[in-house]
Amino acid sequence: MENIRYDLITALPEIILLGMAMLVLITDLFLKQSNRIAIYGLSQLGLLLAAYFTVTTHVPSVGYAFTGAFVDDAMSDVLKLMIYVGTSLIFVYTRQYIQLRNMFRGEFYALVLFSVVGMMIMVSGQSMLTLYVGLELLSLSLYALVALDRDNHFATEAAMKYFVLGALASGMLLYGMSMIYGMTGSLNISDINHVLMNGSGIHAVLVLGLVFIVAGLAFKLGAVPFQMWVPDVYEGSPTAVTMLISSVPKLAAFAFVIRLLAQSLQTMAIDWQQMLLIMAVLSIVLGNVTAIAQTNLKRMLAYSTISHVGFVLLGLMSASGNGYISALFYIASYVVMTLAGFGIILLLSRKGFEAQNLSDLKGLNQRSPWVAFLMLIVMFSMAGIPPTLGFYAKFAVLQAALQAGFLWVVVFAVLMAVIGAFYYLRVIKLMYFDEPEDNSPITAPFDMRVILSMNALALLAIGIMPQGLMTICFYAISRSLS
Amino acid sequence: MTFFGLHFQDIVFYTLATILLIAGLRVITTRNPVYAALYLVLAFFTAAGIWLLLEAEFLAIALVLVYVGAVMVLFLFVVMMLDINLDKLREGFWKALPIALPVGGLMAVEMVMIVGARNFGADVVPAPAAHPADYSNTAELGRVLYTDYLLPFELASVVLLVAIVAAIALTLRDRKDSKSMDPAKQVLVKKADRLRIVKMEAEVEKNDVVDTSAQADDKGAK
Amino acid sequence: MEWLSNLFGSYWPAVEITGWTLIKIIAIVAPLMGAVAYLTLAERKVIGYMQVRIGPNRVGYFGLLQPLADGIKLLFKEVILPTASNKALFLLGPVLAIAPAFAAWAVVPFDLNMVLADVDAGLLYILAMTSVAVYGVIIAGWASNSKYAFLGSLRSAAQIVSYEIAMGFALVGVLMCANSLNLGKIVLGQEGGFWHWYFIPLFPLFIVYFISAVAETNRAPFDVAEGESEIVAGFHVEYSGMAFAVFFLAEYANMILVSMLAALMFLGGWLSPVPFIPDSFLWLLAKVGFLLFLFLWFRATFPRYRYDQIMRLGWKVFIPITIVWIVFVGGMMQTPWAHLFH
Repeated sequence: MENIRYDLITALPEIILLGMAMLVLITDLFLKQSNRIAIYGLSQLGLLLAAYFTVTTHVPSVGYAFTGAFVDDAMSDVLKLMIYVGTSLIFVYTRQYIQLRNMFRGEFYALVLFSVVGMMIMVSGQSMLTLYVGLELLSLSLYALVALDRDNHFATEAAMKYFVLGALASGMLLYGMSMIYGMTGSLNISDINHVLMNGSGIHAVLVLGLVFIVAGLAFKLGAVPFQMWVPDVYEGSPTAVTMLISSVPKLAAFAFVIRLLAQSLQTMAIDWQQMLLIMAVLSIVLGNVTAIAQTNLKRMLAYSTISHVGFVLLGLMSASGNGYISALFYIASYVVMTLAGFGIILLLSRKGFEAQNLSDLKGLNQRSPWVAFLMLIVMFSMAGIPPTLGFYAKFAVLQAALQAGFLWVVVFAVLMAVIGAFYYLRVIKLMYFDEPEDNSPITAPFDMRVILSMNALALLAIGIMPQGLMTICFYAISRSLS
Repeated sequence: MTFFGLHFQDIVFYTLATILLIAGLRVITTRNPVYAALYLVLAFFTAAGIWLLLEAEFLAIALVLVYVGAVMVLFLFVVMMLDINLDKLREGFWKALPIALPVGGLMAVEMVMIVGARNFGADVVPAPAAHPADYSNTAELGRVLYTDYLLPFELASVVLLVAIVAAIALTLRDRKDSKSMDPAKQVLVKKADRLRIVKMEAEVEKNDVVDTSAQADDKGAK
Repeated sequence: MEWLSNLFGSYWPAVEITGWTLIKIIAIVAPLMGAVAYLTLAERKVIGYMQVRIGPNRVGYFGLLQPLADGIKLLFKEVILPTASNKALFLLGPVLAIAPAFAAWAVVPFDLNMVLADVDAGLLYILAMTSVAVYGVIIAGWASNSKYAFLGSLRSAAQIVSYEIAMGFALVGVLMCANSLNLGKIVLGQEGGFWHWYFIPLFPLFIVYFISAVAETNRAPFDVAEGESEIVAGFHVEYSGMAFAVFFLAEYANMILVSMLAALMFLGGWLSPVPFIPDSFLWLLAKVGFLLFLFLWFRATFPRYRYDQIMRLGWKVFIPITIVWIVFVGGMMQTPWAHLFH
């Protein structure tokens, strides 16, 4: 009895969010259209409560619950808090957008909350089974969210692609996991590590499993050569959902990679380092080069995501504490940048109009200098121009890679980042030096304007003083990985 | 007991495995999608048989119950109603073959080399000890499901819940032209809602006499 | 026996087991076929009397040879293969309909230790077999290449899949009470007289199970799959002769099977309701007979359901009822009244 009590308290944030998702679903049935805003409030409340319990139950040590299937360590708590904040921002930014597009329904909020639960499970999973089920929970919610705007054919097509390729990736992941299970006889992350430490298991079989696991992970992360779904899904989904897909799930995916590769297959680092290296280099090349040719803003950001994922992989590839810390720092900064970027796209969209082409940004400075300035910061940060956050993130990752001895890779990545800067700067050119094509006023709720401004300015603030975020990342990794 | 040097279990295994492989091949090679679905059913059945040989009777029966009895029925349901143009599906087949065949072949060879008997043979992975006669596979599964694997089990139920929510959110819509009725409302109907009893004077025609004679004439004519 | 044993040498044990099992199978299937035959007669007689008619009374005394006459007639009729049909599947349909209906009997106990295969997961096996039965209907409807047959098979498939869920949940209640999936153990769990039979604590589940069973077997008032007034005869409209008769046999064999299961799981199987009369196979027969009579009674009494009403009843009434009752039973088992549910 005492045991289950501990289990439940450890998983309290997940339980609360799950309960809130169901409450949202049921409340929605009894609300009139004019009172629907209550479900928005409930969802935010759920995140707040979950954050409260994540903080209050936090202990610096590592705790295992549910017979070792669930872990509560510093990394999981830090990542969960980041996920709450990110999701909360998504709720703020998307409120008006989905209201205007007939998507303001209980299902939207419930599915987002379910996906958050999935991410939390991925963050806290300590057994391959838990990790996988968490991943499926996240993916399934996302597939449904992409298709939620039912009369939008692009969205339906995007959902279909996402679903089919996602299912394929899950299959690969499972096959790889079954290989690892067959060799180690355990699904538990730490048990697998122990078994491999003792040197048992046939290397060839383990590598085969590893290949499949890495391929599955790359699919989910959107790294080259498994990136083909990313641009289509980003473009086809409603922007509100694109924003979700491109941001917080990456945090969960990061944890997923750490748990699988760094924690359970630690002894095989030499093998997966090479795979990650190839994928990182290819992602950085393809992301940056292809993005230049894009005229669609969402597609451009999709390719930008691919290149960012490349940088994250570069950090992970170092297979050192420093590398993980820098990768976590990078992914956290990426989420902040992406949220601000898509927030501005949502801000510019209005009923019947999607600001998704680069030309829609033309002359933004004349329409609203403040929004143009915010976008300027975001673009600088994505390009990695000092003193923004993006610069520091790239710097940290490259430093870690350099320490691990990958000099030529670092040189190459820097070169590519310079090429990539071109298309970010093109956006700035369009905003400041071109004439606007339409002059309709930008309407947005007050809270969204304020929070979006803070979000974009944070890129500058943290960029100048990155120590705070760095300390958090250091704390998360050093307390969780021995 | 052996037949021609083979244990009875081996004979059953090889028979089932052969059928399974043939059925699996036919699933992807047959031209008729209904046939493909039926071959898949056969594949599930034989797989269940192999699981029975492994003393996993709960899983075997659950496979038949869930996949054959429910999933494939719905699948057949859909496949039968669709008019699938197979030629269109096969359009890219010959174009992709030169690349797909070597890649597929290579992967198959690799898999055979790695997953084959050298790494997973009976000498590498010893067979588990036979269970006593009163061992209940079902009870044992139930025990671990609700203790060791409680969390994944509960999470799987959440995944199913999401699937339900998603399916309803994506398909259910209040169509204006739908003529479905609400039985609850139908049952609640009272006599007063449908039937109006009107009290009125009897209508009396002015020219009585002429009329009755006309009616009488009518009757006579009939 | 001795010379047989010598003949087969070391293979004798295998042959012996196979032979005995075959004999047992015949001992189950042969009376079952007889029961099916006379169930058709009983149906015509019972419904006849309910509608103030006499029913068949020409062939044999009281019409008792009528089933034989029908059987002979069907045997000698030609099995017509429609030109546009899918021949192989057309012939496979009836086989797939009847095979599970008979296979399920393997785990049905008739008395204490009187069962062909005493397997632990017997209940699951039966569920699996009954769920497979739908293939016969689907394949027959599709292979006939006729729109009436196809409509009938689609209706039937949707209906069977829907009611299977309610039926499965109703059985979950039983195995919660019995703590076993073995049908023999489920019956033994009800020992101690009438008041210990499971239909009392599980009354809603019993009702749901029985009505779902009627729907699963496509019997009136749920016989829209056949729907002779709208889609002629549903999935078997193109069948004739023995092929048609096999569907007929399967339907009646399924009726007897589900009645048997209801008797075993809810009505104490072969157990006697009162202590002063011993338990016996005859009790089981009587219970099954009573349930079968209900089947016939339903057919004579109720008008056919409309299709959307069938779906509504299954999904929106039965499934919630069963879920609520399972939760209730589970809750009660944690209280001092738990003994009422075991």
